[in-house]
Amino acid sequence: MDSEGMVAVASIVTAGLCMAVGAIGPALGQGRAVHSALSSIAQQPDERNSLTRTLFVGLAMIESLAIYCFVISMILVFANPFWTYVIKKAGG
Amino acid sequence: MEIVAINQISPDQVVFFQWRWIIINATLVYTWLVMGLLVFGSLLITRRLSLERSLSRWQNLAEVILGGVRSELREISREDADNYIPFIGTLFLFILVSNLLTILPGYVAPTSSLTTTAALAVLVFLAVPLFGIAKLGIIEYLKEYFRPNLLFFPFHIMGEFSRTLALAVRLFGNLMSHEKVITILLAVTPLFFPVVMQALGLLIGLIQAYIFSVLAMVYIASASQSHQEKGDGEKNTNPLEKGRMKVWTVKAWLRWRRL
Repeated sequence: MDSEGMVAVASIVTAGLCMAVGAIGPALGQGRAVHSALSSIAQQPDERNSLTRTLFVGLAMIESLAIYCFVISMILVFANPFWTYVIKKAGG
Repeated sequence: MEIVAINQISPDQVVFFQWRWIIINATLVYTWLVMGLLVFGSLLITRRLSLERSLSRWQNLAEVILGGVRSELREISREDADNYIPFIGTLFLFILVSNLLTILPGYVAPTSSLTTTAALAVLVFLAVPLFGIAKLGIIEYLKEYFRPNLLFFPFHIMGEFSRTLALAVRLFGNLMSHEKVITILLAVTPLFFPVVMQALGLLIGLIQAYIFSVLAMVYIASASQSHQEKGDGEKNTNPLEKGRMKVWTVKAWLRWRRL
């Protein structure tokens, strides 16, 4: 396989793998967070407002990990720096 | 109407107008649109405010927004938060309007470009020491970096930078992913399913605007409360006192019911 093909295959496989592996951790974390927030709300319905606010902020924090992975895989697929380098080298 | 093609990752790459080194891209144009909408909208609303019983519906809307932002900030920072309303409220309104307008065809959210979100995050990064120094004085503010001891100084610095990066990438990633999902769905299953995703996008936009401003408020509040004040704050709200207050209010309420 020539170097163009190598870069293309490596980028696409890595993008998929990055998304797949990167979604597992945040999914487990968000599940745990929602679980404990729900049981706290069931125990103390009076504190629902502050619990919900903290839950949202925490979920956004956890979710940003998955978003990082997504941004990386988007860059690998759509704006790959190595790919443009290889194309330039092959063309010029 | 497609403005940003599928292989373009940000609206910065869509150039509307170019003259020598001046490049007007889609991000700039839509940022100006949102700015104009906010500025002229609020000018029109505040041109004739009334203190009477009857007020215009737009004044009512402005009061509802301001009251909501003020009570939310007051609850988060546990102090009088009127100083922070101009900054945090503007951040919230700008992100909210630019996210919610995505349901209009032909509009691209300026927040789906990394340059806009990075600029907003840098604003927060600069505002944290400014508010902190204004509240505590420069010596007391700098002391916070050396707590609990000298070894923690590099970690505080790293934390400042990494949370700024996280703010920028979180907003950008959410909005950009939403746009890409819509574009892909339009190609795969047109007509019905993209509409559902658009409705979900409204929710995402609202939550992201809320989270950005809440996090900015949390960062500023944590920088402008000194170490001693934090300890005092915990002492004041001891659970026994709170329980007593609750019993007292219940008793008062029962007495009032009997009257």
